[in-house]
Amino acid sequence: MEQNSTVTVRQPLILGKKSYHQISEDISRPVEGKANRLFKIVFTISALLALWGVGCFAYTIGTGIGVWGLNKTVGWAWDITNFVWWVGIGHAGTLISAILLLFRQRWRMSINRSAEAMTIFAVICAALFPVMHMGRVWVAYWVLPLPNQFGSLWVNFNSPLLWDVFAISTYFTVSLVFWYTGLIPDFATIRDRQLKPRMRKIYNILSFGWSGSAKQWSRFEEVSLVLAGLSTPLVLSVHTIVSMDFATSVIPGWHTTIFPPYFVAGAIFSGFAMVLTLLIIMRKVLGLEDYITISHIENMNKVIILTGSIVGVAYLTELFVSWYSGVEYEQYAFLNRATGPYWWSYWSMMTCNVITPQLFWFKKIRKSLIATFIISIFVNIGMWFERFVIIVTSLHRDYLPSSWTMFHPTFIDIGIFIGTIGIFFTLFLIFARTFPVIALSELKTILKATSENPKQPHH
Amino acid sequence: MSKKIIYGVFEDEEVLLSSAKVLRSKGVRINDVFSPFPIHGLDPVIGIKPTRLSNAAFFYGLFGTSFAVWMTWYMLISDWPMNIGGKPNFLWIDNMPAFIPVTFELTVFCAAHGMVLSYLLVNKIYPGRKPHNPDLRSTDDKFIMEIQTAQNGKIGEDSIMSTLRETGAVEINQQEL
Repeated sequence: MEQNSTVTVRQPLILGKKSYHQISEDISRPVEGKANRLFKIVFTISALLALWGVGCFAYTIGTGIGVWGLNKTVGWAWDITNFVWWVGIGHAGTLISAILLLFRQRWRMSINRSAEAMTIFAVICAALFPVMHMGRVWVAYWVLPLPNQFGSLWVNFNSPLLWDVFAISTYFTVSLVFWYTGLIPDFATIRDRQLKPRMRKIYNILSFGWSGSAKQWSRFEEVSLVLAGLSTPLVLSVHTIVSMDFATSVIPGWHTTIFPPYFVAGAIFSGFAMVLTLLIIMRKVLGLEDYITISHIENMNKVIILTGSIVGVAYLTELFVSWYSGVEYEQYAFLNRATGPYWWSYWSMMTCNVITPQLFWFKKIRKSLIATFIISIFVNIGMWFERFVIIVTSLHRDYLPSSWTMFHPTFIDIGIFIGTIGIFFTLFLIFARTFPVIALSELKTILKATSENPKQPHH
Repeated sequence: MSKKIIYGVFEDEEVLLSSAKVLRSKGVRINDVFSPFPIHGLDPVIGIKPTRLSNAAFFYGLFGTSFAVWMTWYMLISDWPMNIGGKPNFLWIDNMPAFIPVTFELTVFCAAHGMVLSYLLVNKIYPGRKPHNPDLRSTDDKFIMEIQTAQNGKIGEDSIMSTLRETGAVEINQQEL
């Protein structure tokens, strides 16, 4: 355990006078209570959007990807933009739970559970896009190295697109088991509080019959630590590989060595923004203000300044290098981004990603919930535009001026994107009502060191 | 003498830890401790050896690496070599840089999933298993020490119970075996 002396100078991470029992109470309350009207309304809207998206997916599968706005010049547009956007959002969860665990940052404990849930739901949304873009989704298993009747013709391990298959599936499954091993003891806490046999039975199945014996806990801690150690390079590798989808090609604007670190920083940046968007609402609705405090929000805002500034430096470096390279095609690609027909998306990206997060240098803004919420939405939008700018502006000016064109999203493109937002929020709302949204057993371990309680936390 | 299980219920993990130390110094064997969260420093006191799960994870990872090396070699070098973007593919090592991402991912995949499966197996936890914590409060805010009289032949249950009471147990329950 860390020394208490280092903590006393900091803000407490758990506000109010809490006992172990109170923590169990506060975090089980949303699971045990009845859904209110607001929840039902929001849930219905999300579910309807999700259904709309499913309808658009079905139409795409039935008719073919010609229903999207893609053309011969712009062969990747909203689909891959949305894929990269969602995968990026999915990076904050593992960063918070793995990297901050290794750095012994205790403020992660109030937010890691919901951030990991967000990761899993975001990766589900992300994976839908490349799968859909295959066109014939029923042969999606062709991306796997399986023996087949073609010779056997194997998958191409030289291709970044195949690396993506391995990276995303490893990331998704490892995040899922990491999240679930942490959930097991907390499900047991909820299980043992239930009076109704049906609820007890459901939560017993979810808790895998956890009993919390000394040996189980000793193994639990080992597994958490090793999974954190494995997830840390994993999370960095995933967006590195996503960036290689672009960086290993020869398209001006894509063919740059700066992409891996720049994409990883951007992913963490957008992921933290999405965590903030969700948590600022969730702490209020579920009454968790004592656990997700202003200092938690402030810490996340500091990560946003850091990663946002890295992204800003990367944008400027790209501009400088394109000029310094002396390659006129490279120079044109960047000049065209800023002044060509997609200038508005470039400048939206610059404003949202480079300028707005710099406001967090002011302590007042960093600590303001409303300002943080608004800026987090700006960052979400900015990061979507970043991917749009990289993908579409680099493609729409092809090598032959006769093939120059524009990309126009169709009704289906928009429907699928909004649909994934619906799927994401539907899953998150189900999570918020049925799962312990804060890692309560982990939180109990830091109660004595970082709460407002006097020496003894209970009695 | 009948065989019994004695449950000492504590309200604080530090009190339980110091009580366990006193009991151990008197030669009492503590069968198990049930707690709502891990108690640091308890394992050596009650005689739990460090888990070897991380060693297992290392070997699962090694398996993943070897499997990826074999797979890429077999599929793209031996079984059906192809000229892809002019990358050299006469020997596996020539083509190796392009295989690093997949090798890395498979290493992590095997290490993580192998370790978690072993963890579930050795902890004997799976969906549908009956929990065996003696008291429902042990997943909430109570820390419970389990002592079996059968394992402490010479030490009488009265002396165990009085030590428990003296060292801060708020409640002592017994159960006939």
